[in-house]
Formats: sequence, C-alpha cells, structure tokens
Amino acid sequence: MQVYLDNNATTMCDPLVVKEMMPFFSELYGNPNSLHKFGTATHPALKKAIDQVYNALNASDNDDIVFTSCATESNNWILKSVFNDHIVNGKKNHIITTEVEHPSVLSTCKWLEEEGVKVTYLPVNEQGVVDAKTVESFITENTALVSVMWASNETGAIFPIKEISEVCQKNAVLFHTDAVQAVGKIPVDLNDVKVDFLSMSAHKFHGPKGIGALYIRNSRKLTPLLHGGSQMGGRRSGTLNVPYIVGMGKAIELATTNIQSKMASIRAKRDRLEDALLELSDTFVVGNRANRTPNTILISIRGVEGEGMLWDLNNGGIGASTGSACASEDLEANTVMLAIGADNELAHTGIRLSLSRFTTDEEIDYTIEHFKKGVARLRAISSSFAKQQPTEGGEAKACEMH
Amino acid sequence: MAKNDMLGDSLWDAYSNKVTTLMNNPQHQGEIFQEEAEARGHKLIVADFGAESCGDAVRLYWEIDPKTDKIVDSKFKSFGCGTAIASSDVMTELCIGKTVQEAVKITNIDVEKALRDDPDTPAVPPQKMHCSVMAYDVIKKAAGLYLGVDSESFEEEIIVCECARVSLQTVKEVIRLNDLTTVEQITDYTKAGGFCKSCIKPGGHEEKEYYLVDILADVRREMDEEKMKAAADASVAGEANFEDMTLVQQIKAVDAVIDENVRQFLIMDGGNMEIIDIKKSDEYIDIYIRYLGACSGCASSSTGTLYAIESTLKEKLSPKIRVLPI
Repeated sequence: MQVYLDNNATTMCDPLVVKEMMPFFSELYGNPNSLHKFGTATHPALKKAIDQVYNALNASDNDDIVFTSCATESNNWILKSVFNDHIVNGKKNHIITTEVEHPSVLSTCKWLEEEGVKVTYLPVNEQGVVDAKTVESFITENTALVSVMWASNETGAIFPIKEISEVCQKNAVLFHTDAVQAVGKIPVDLNDVKVDFLSMSAHKFHGPKGIGALYIRNSRKLTPLLHGGSQMGGRRSGTLNVPYIVGMGKAIELATTNIQSKMASIRAKRDRLEDALLELSDTFVVGNRANRTPNTILISIRGVEGEGMLWDLNNGGIGASTGSACASEDLEANTVMLAIGADNELAHTGIRLSLSRFTTDEEIDYTIEHFKKGVARLRAISSSFAKQQPTEGGEAKACEMH
Repeated sequence: MAKNDMLGDSLWDAYSNKVTTLMNNPQHQGEIFQEEAEARGHKLIVADFGAESCGDAVRLYWEIDPKTDKIVDSKFKSFGCGTAIASSDVMTELCIGKTVQEAVKITNIDVEKALRDDPDTPAVPPQKMHCSVMAYDVIKKAAGLYLGVDSESFEEEIIVCECARVSLQTVKEVIRLNDLTTVEQITDYTKAGGFCKSCIKPGGHEEKEYYLVDILADVRREMDEEKMKAAADASVAGEANFEDMTLVQQIKAVDAVIDENVRQFLIMDGGNMEIIDIKKSDEYIDIYIRYLGACSGCASSSTGTLYAIESTLKEKLSPKIRVLPI
C-alpha cells in the first residue's frame, strides 16, 4: 500500500479539477486578451473561476483577487511593494512578522533588512502561535506592515488572525496573512476577518501547482511586481494562465463546499491516528488539537531521529516529512520545534503527518501499524534506549557536534 | 550554478546499496553487558559520542581480551539517520579482530570506503560525510578509555577537514609551496573543504577550531612578514638591495647616508633637511626632501647642494635615485 501523508507539502490534483482544466490546453487555447472568438471563448470559464474564488473566501466585489504563479510570488509581491510604496517612497521603516513564517516571507524579510528595513520576528508561544496582544505591543508609528501566517505548515497551529487584523485596523497598520495552509482546510471568511492582503496557493487544496493568488481588500493601491501587458487590470502582467485559473476555481470550490463536514471527516481520521501514535511511550504532539488544522500532526518520538523514521516509513510506502537534522539541506534542527520551546533533543525527532480528504481509514490503519513497527525497530537500535552505561569517562559531552 | 543544479539531487538515491542494506538491517547493532564480558574474562569498554540534542549519537561497545589487547567483539547503538546507523555498523565490523592499537588507526575514510559498492563511487553524498567522522571519534574515545590516555593523544596532527582528513600542516604547506591565494585553490590541491564544507568558514553545519579562510589569511600574512623580515635582515647585514627594501627601510637607509655624508655640512651653514617621502616607479626612485633653517631659500639649495645630495645617494644606494626638494 502507498500512503501519502505529506499534504502540507503538496496535494494530489483532484481528478475532477484536471477534467475541468483539460479543454483549455488544446481546444480553447486562445489568449483571453485577444479580440477574436478564440480569445473570448475562454471568458465564461475564467469568469466562473473568479466567481468560485470570491465565493469561497466570501470576498467583496470591491476587493481584488489577483492570480499569481504561486504563494511565493504573492508573498514576495506584498513585501517588496509595501517596501517600495511605504518605506522607499514613504515615511515608514518597520515590518512585523513571526519566526515561523514560510521561507518566502522570511527570506524576503532578510533581504529587506539588508536594504535597511527594520524587521521584528515575533517568537511563537508554547501553543505555537503569536497572540494579538504581542503583535500590538510591537506596532509603532513607523510600522508599515504586519505579516502573520494564518496556519502553520509544520504544526498546523491556527493563528488568531481575526484578533490580529483588529489590532492592525485599530492602529492603522496594513495586515497581510499567508493563508496557504488555511484556505481549503479551515473556513476563511474575508467578510468576517478583515485582512488587507492574503496569499494562497492552489496546489495545497488539490488544485494544480503553479497557480496562486493575492487578495487585496478594497482594491488598495500596490505597485505591481510584474510589469508588462497590463493583464488583471494592470496588477499582474503575463498572459492569463487559463487552464490553471480554471483549475484553481474548481479546486477551491470543491475544497470549501460543505467544509465543516469535510473537516469533521479528516479530523476524525487524524485524531484516530494521533491517539494511536500517542499510545507509544515518550511521545508528544505539538499544539492543542482544537486549535490545529484538522489534517496535521507534528509528533516527537524520543530516541528516534527524524530522517531515520522517514526512511522506515518510506520503506513501508508511507510519505511523511520532517524539518529535523539531516533531512533538510541545511541540517538544522526544526526551528518551529525550537520556537515552541521543545528541548533541543526533541527538535531532531519530529515527524509531520498531514492528511487530506482523500486519506482513507484503511490508510490510517496501515500507517498506525507501520509507524509503530518503525519506532520499535529504531528504538531497538537507538543509543537513547541502551541499558549498559558507558565506561567511566566515556560519557558524551554535550553536543560535540559532528 | 548550471544545468545540473536546477533540480536538487535526491539525497537517498545517492546512497550506495551497502549503505541502504545496512540501514535496513545492521549486523552489529546491540549491547554487550559488563557481566557477560567479565564472565568470559574480557574487559568491556563503552564509549558515547554525540547526543540526541545534536541530532546524532553513537555508543560503541568493545569486548577486549586484556592479554592480547584484541577486540574480540564489538557492537553499537545509534541515535541518528540511516547513514549514521550504516557507518556505525561498518565501524564495529572494522574493529572486530583488531588490537586496540590497530583500531585507533581506522579513519573515517576507511569507514566510508568500506560502505562503497565500487571503489570509485562515494558511498554517501558530501553532506552525509559527517556520519562517518563520528565513527572515527568514538573509536579514539574508546581506545583512550582502555589505554588510560587522553583520546586527543592519538591525534598526531591537527585535522582541519575531517571529511578528507587533511591536517593543518598540510594546508599550510600547500599554501606556501604553491603560493595559493584562494580557498578554492586549497580545495583543488588538497580536497579540504570539498565535502561538508564546514571547515571553509564559520557558520557551516559544524563549529570548527580552524577554518580555511583564517588559515589562508594567517599564512599569507606570515609569508608577507617573512618577505619583509628577509629584506630587513639583508639591510642590516649591508647586503640589501635598496630597490627591494620596504619604504621604512629605504627612508632609514637614505637618512643614514645623509647623516654620514651631508648633514654636517648643512648644519655648519645653519641649515638642515628632512625626508618627506619616497616614491618608486620602474624608472626612478624619487626622494622628496625639504630644506630647513638657512638652507631654505639658499641659492645653492637647488643647484650645488642638491647635486651633492643626489650624487651621494646615487653612489651609495641606487643609480635610479632622483632628489626633489619641495
């Protein structure tokens, strides 16, 4: 059996979405900007997709939702254009974000720091989130933008975005949220939660890769990232990616229709998996279950190194992920684990399992069985569980690091 | 960056079959207990290296026959990724049957080579080389415990690059002999810094005592200093070539010649002179001077006196000299 439990990294494109996209490759291939019928023939489907996205987010007709190539582009756009519009060509010089944002936010902020911008990186609390009061306490008259993720890719922790949007509004500071891990997983109602900007990506909710969007409340002015042929009202140039926009519309509709019942179904499987894994001794799961996206588990297993565990899961046909040492290119400990105050040693033992609406009960049963086998095998090898103590003088000094 | 970098390699696909096999099924995983070893009349040594908090830890067990110092059995326990497990397994394999004194000679390269499927293809990608280094470190530690000496004492030389096992001495020599000026050159000559890259500069995945950038800067500085010192020694010995001297040495040399041959006559006339600067070109060495006291404004200061100063300096120091009063 093959079980895909890495849905926070990317998801399977729903076959219904692929079906919707197919006509727009070789049949209705016109450029929507053209005057002829080849071009205009794509318009009904594009209008439908735009409606699907606006409806899914409960966005107002006065708001702009601009299609981009991915959330990385959306995040770069908002940060770089706020820098241009309010810092280079304005009086502000400060951006507030968190330590646990996606690299597309963090790396862009690091680059802005090199350009002279002051950036505050807020740490998360033991529940893995930043509260609105903390955000407010760092806002100054120089703050141009607050950027806080809606939900964490690593832990699934849901941030208090409504409260943060309110303190930003109260202090007249622009607020952006990277909602890549929220849209399609939990309700995102932009009539209720008044963020100024929101980034999302279709491939996280069973749409195709290579398409995302930036939401801009009240069509607020924002210098474009891509200049060119003035597509999307001049906000984002580049020939409209018709099949992918159509796919994103269909995908967001499928993900958000009856979202409560979809969430309940995923949550039931997730909780069953989590309960079963917590039967193992010396394990813990990061973050309160009620305040997590319903598909995510970040579990720490003492004595079992993350990459070793991924290896065993992979041998069983199970795809999962870790941010821990060895697996990632930079060999760093999982920063989110460190941020929530986990011990350094637990930062190397985290395994993230992320489900989707396509995950079945059989897959959960299979995963429980193989996960427990893997833990048993690796703990049998693990020096953390060895009984014979080292010869006197043979103990390891704290982190000799190799 | 080039075509091959556009898509990162798959880490796991770069492992040798031997690594994969031992990761899935290590042969020497387990423990040896004190009582068992003693019952067989052997001595047990257990050494730890690394810790869970570093992301890698290994515990090595040696059962040693005290009469021969031979390692009759060896096992390991490991907290680490698959490569750490595989290299620990091969490490114990290499230890069994050797004496403690022989085992100390096992290097991390021996461990890595033992994991290769064919002699020319590395068993693990560069960023995984550190796993085999751990094996080397824990062996030294175990040997130190058995022989009752500091494990550092097995290290005959200071190793800068653990992956390629290049010593500080080698790096320094290569820089000197080949007049190297960049870290890339050091890597080309020695392979140091070509694997996990931790030893190139601070901020890599491992903290090091020595970094190639610092060693290079130090050796280059030493080389410059030696060059200057050689010139200074030569000047003291009177063998110096004026043109090869440093600026300060040249000023001193000019001053000495002036003191000996010229200054007394100027002082007798109520004047004096000082050296302002020396500028060198391929063709000339221009010595800028200033007259002091009665000399400044004296008619012969730009004719006879100047000619006398210049010809003395030319004769004593270098024919390239021109004296320019300002």
